[in-house]
Amino acid sequence: MNEALIAEPTTFGGHGGDVIDAYLARPIGDGPFPAVVVVHHMPGWDRETREIARRFAANGYLAITHHLYSREGTGTNYQDAAAAARARGGVSDAQFLGDTAGAIDYLRALPSSNGKVGVIGYCSGGRQTYIAACRLGIDAAVDCYGGSVVASADQLNDLRPVAPIDMTPDMGCPILCLFGEQDANPSPEHRVAIEAALQPAGNKYEIASYPDAGHAFFAVDRPAYRPEAANDGWARIFDFYGRYLQGAA
Amino acid sequence: MCTWVTMSTEVDGSGKGPGGEWIRVTDAHVYFDHPQHAPFNHALMVDLVDADGGPSARVAIELNTDSARRLVAAIETALESVDPQVLADS
Repeated sequence: MNEALIAEPTTFGGHGGDVIDAYLARPIGDGPFPAVVVVHHMPGWDRETREIARRFAANGYLAITHHLYSREGTGTNYQDAAAAARARGGVSDAQFLGDTAGAIDYLRALPSSNGKVGVIGYCSGGRQTYIAACRLGIDAAVDCYGGSVVASADQLNDLRPVAPIDMTPDMGCPILCLFGEQDANPSPEHRVAIEAALQPAGNKYEIASYPDAGHAFFAVDRPAYRPEAANDGWARIFDFYGRYLQGAA
Repeated sequence: MCTWVTMSTEVDGSGKGPGGEWIRVTDAHVYFDHPQHAPFNHALMVDLVDADGGPSARVAIELNTDSARRLVAAIETALESVDPQVLADS
């Protein structure tokens, strides 16, 4: 693989027809290539998220990351956009699903697409990826330490009305879950509950938990970064996506 | 933390915002989550914003837990040290 790629800003239609800012990284070539939607974490659409998209492209994937706080204004600093979205109560699950459906359609319409799309997300994006696996027609999902997949009734509201774990019977694709055993959200109890929900749901799942890692162990710009867990996690991600996204749809 | 849990309250004052310019602040949003800049995994964040000024009309701070508690105590102590008549004149 020569790792040649093109990466550039783009837009597409999201929930309610709103224009969503996005960043597409793709290998140079005719394909056909599998595709991945990269869901950013709660602090926003940051440089590291776009770097992850480029990493996928360098490994032969069409990769898009969409700005879930686009409605705060094109050109708005992503950190200010994150703060403004939080002040409004955060992103609703319906809006996330609409925006991500738009990203999936965008990827499948690319001439070099093989028709298969995975979703991967980190932190709050891991939770949203879990929902995407249950609500959207995707081919594989990777949940990286998604918090609040398990949620009590008092944590639910109009924006996020259903605990993702309760959607598990509707999950329609294989899922890879990557956890740090020192994480508090998902906690050890949450991780047990997630596996207990996945088993009877009947679809394929894989879970890796790293003893020396906590939350955000993939985040190279944060103290939580754990290279051993992150390196193994990246190997598992490419193995997993290689099995479920390569080949014709 | 990865939650949207945020404590919000109205405030009335000014803050030094983008570009070193003073802005009026109308609301404070307080939460504990992943910081943007402070070198911690989690931090106590305060956004002092002008609600009518758009997303960039914001003064942001990110503090670790100990310093956030010390700041709260210092604010309380500063307020308690002032004559009540002077306090009322704000």
